Amino acid sequence: MINIEIDGKLVETERGSTVMDAAHHAGVYIPHFCYHKKLSIAANCRMCLVEIEKAPKPMPACATPAAEGMKVRTHSEMAVKAQQGVMEFLLINHPLDCPICDQGGECQLQDLAVGYGGGASRYKEEKRIVMHKDIGALVSTEEMSRCIQCTRCVRFGQEIAGVMELGMAFRGEHAEIMSFVNSSVDSELSGNMIDLCPVGALTSKPFRYTARSWELSRRRSVSPHDGLGANLAVQVKDNKVMRVVPIENEGINECWISDKDRFSYEGLNSPERLTKPMLKQDGKWIEVDWQAALEYVANGLRQVAGSAGAEQIAALATPNSTAEELYLLQKLMRGIGSGNVDFRLRQSDFSADGKQAGATWLGMPVAEINTRDRFLIVGSFLRKDHPLLAARIRQAVKKGAQVNIIHSSDDDLLMPLANKAIVAPDALVDALSRVANDIAAKRNEGIAGSLASGERVVVLLGNFAQQHPQAAQLHILAQQIAAAANGKFGFLGEAANSVGAHLAGAVPFGNSKQGMNAAQMLASPRKAYVLLNVEPELDMHDPQRAISVMQAADMVVAMSAYKHRATEYADVLLPIAPFTETSGTFVNTEGSVQSFRGAVKPLGEARPAWKVLRVLGNLLNVSGFDYDSSEAVRDEVLPGTNVSDKLNNHISGVALQATTGSNQGLQRVSDVPIYFADAIVRRASALQKTRDAATPCVAMHSGELNKLGVKSGDTVKVSQGSASVRLTVQANDRMPMQTARVAAGHPATAALGAMFGTIAVERA
Amino acid sequence: MLSEQIQVKINRELKKYPADQKQSAVMAALRFVQDEKGWISDDDMAEIATYLGMAPMAVYEVATFYHMYNLKPMGKHTITVCTNLSCTLCGAGDTVAYLNAKLGIGFNEVTADGKFGLREGECMGACIDAPLFTISNKKLCGRLTPEKIDEILAELSKS
Repeated sequence: MINIEIDGKLVETERGSTVMDAAHHAGVYIPHFCYHKKLSIAANCRMCLVEIEKAPKPMPACATPAAEGMKVRTHSEMAVKAQQGVMEFLLINHPLDCPICDQGGECQLQDLAVGYGGGASRYKEEKRIVMHKDIGALVSTEEMSRCIQCTRCVRFGQEIAGVMELGMAFRGEHAEIMSFVNSSVDSELSGNMIDLCPVGALTSKPFRYTARSWELSRRRSVSPHDGLGANLAVQVKDNKVMRVVPIENEGINECWISDKDRFSYEGLNSPERLTKPMLKQDGKWIEVDWQAALEYVANGLRQVAGSAGAEQIAALATPNSTAEELYLLQKLMRGIGSGNVDFRLRQSDFSADGKQAGATWLGMPVAEINTRDRFLIVGSFLRKDHPLLAARIRQAVKKGAQVNIIHSSDDDLLMPLANKAIVAPDALVDALSRVANDIAAKRNEGIAGSLASGERVVVLLGNFAQQHPQAAQLHILAQQIAAAANGKFGFLGEAANSVGAHLAGAVPFGNSKQGMNAAQMLASPRKAYVLLNVEPELDMHDPQRAISVMQAADMVVAMSAYKHRATEYADVLLPIAPFTETSGTFVNTEGSVQSFRGAVKPLGEARPAWKVLRVLGNLLNVSGFDYDSSEAVRDEVLPGTNVSDKLNNHISGVALQATTGSNQGLQRVSDVPIYFADAIVRRASALQKTRDAATPCVAMHSGELNKLGVKSGDTVKVSQGSASVRLTVQANDRMPMQTARVAAGHPATAALGAMFGTIAVERA
Repeated sequence: MLSEQIQVKINRELKKYPADQKQSAVMAALRFVQDEKGWISDDDMAEIATYLGMAPMAVYEVATFYHMYNLKPMGKHTITVCTNLSCTLCGAGDTVAYLNAKLGIGFNEVTADGKFGLREGECMGACIDAPLFTISNKKLCGRLTPEKIDEILAELSKS
């Protein structure tokens, strides 16, 4: 530690830190634009010029290392004169369009111009004009003349997103921020550039001109879209969500959010929203009041239970439902005598059920990812499934960590990889057991060598591994490898509440009333289904089977925020509130219990699902359904909100089986595209225009295409089970041979079968 | 695709830098492409980016920063006139006007026969010879007068 003096205040700061850091610690504000604590130092805006004793000229605080005994003056005549001079230069070319600028009211340039700018401009000549560019559906560059060339957006791309999509072309007065030959910015983190832009050059395309920043009220919330649980500020005007921005939480999302978290709010205002309870009578849907709908549901469930037995009733819920909803759903089901409740809709191997010591979780705090030095990531579409966890791993790699991948698709993770084993899905277990054997035998090469050379190893199982038909085998092998490498072992949580759903008991085991898991509920069809937020053809492991089972069921109760395909097979639709319209709790992948309140009132007659379930509980005479708030439910399911003793990835009692991997046919590799992963984001119109939301292609190795005699861009017939769909085929040599990547969770592939297994591709 | 000769040249250049700093060779790579083709297309930049393992936008930044890189065909001989302060004080304005009249083209244009292209350049660091221009970034011609320009152009027209 060294001592420096800032504006007469003695400040202790770390050796190697800058004057800006020291000032920050001391609570002294130094104006700046290009400096950002999470980005590298550029020192190109010059706004942070300060006077440093014995220096002959003003120095940029962001790029000047603090030295012992340094005396800094941030408000001296020299400093203020320099700052005012810089401000005058910055304003020379900046248009004075604040009244119509989206950034107005939350603009750093506007704020600092008040403090350091002149009352009138001395510059009378023409201002420069920078033409707008189209860089995609999310970030607007309509007013690039406002740009002050701070290059925060460029550095964000290079350093955080891992891909330099924007850059500064030309030079001097002609310098412009642009993308390469008008290509779009496709990073899944691109929206953060809007926040980073200190002026109104990069603005949010969906939000543009819809509200002024001071009209919006901010409500804290938590992202329902991935396992991270990013902290959000939901901004509201006239009871409508207008936009979503991050709330800084260093331990979880730092100061970023993914585009999915940021732009999915458009789905909340979708015209597909279900706003009234609906009943199907004589094949026609009619709107009814809540009383009639709920009595219909209660009577229906009572009838099925009475005539066929309660075990003929099954409940499926998505893991982005709140802990309160999931808890009440399972309590209701168990109250009427059925243990058939599950949230693991895309899982296919349930052989570890009941053999786990607790709820599966990340195995460490999220922030610890940055400090790990060896990663083994098994079966994960890391960037798309966990955009911000991928960004943290990228930071670890920058500090020298090695990343090893075992997966069935060699996607570009935008970070250097130490080793990778890209194999067909049925060879995944084999690939992992080879690593386990290598480590046990101390063969220090490849992945085993990388892990053995590390001090802080972590083995992580991704969504693909959790959905794999041999998930339990992968689980136990990963556990063995982590133990042998003396490292941590974790699950990258699939959804916002994957951990919370376990803790809420929305699983068919671990309770006195056991039942069927999600796969069994489809394998032996039940007479009645209660669906909480579920769209079976998009959310389930085998959509083909799911739809046929739903169509054959006597009664299907669909609780959903949207009018979706359930109209084909359901008997009653209950409009429930999405996360912005209800209070609730998500437990993220590290086990943080994060509760939030509703940001707006429920749309139309939609009601929070916990209230709907409470009334159903009362109507069905289940005891213990007298909650007067969602907090009362939470206190019952998550008492004390410290859940660390219930989180445990350890399994025992699962035998390792010799792997076969003799499959000769083509195997399906399924990802869930980032903007189709849940009901809200599927309806977010701007996100649906991005490249990540394009209709899925069949991606296959060019060798496989040659065998079929088709070429990239041809239409092929893809068949699984009884159904087939026509899709465009794409050569992708990053896929292993004998595989075809066909996305799940998309209407274009919803007619197909299971996410894993054989699939036929032929010329159309 | 980058031609074999260019790849050989880039590989030789890469030996000067650490293996994880391949992008250090970007300026040389751009020069090799321009020497071969006379100009650098967007596709060439994308190929250089792939070859050196860097973002295409990073190549574009470099190619647009320096005035020596031609981002469109600039004729067989590209005449780049310095219009910075020293040259302008010594009559670069007249040089430009003379070239405009003589060749019938303005800046960033090419003569109809494709022989000459005219560009505006930045200081070449040879102010002692002002006013001056370069021919295809290779040959510096200074202390220009209309007669001297005529001579140079006549010489170039022959080739």
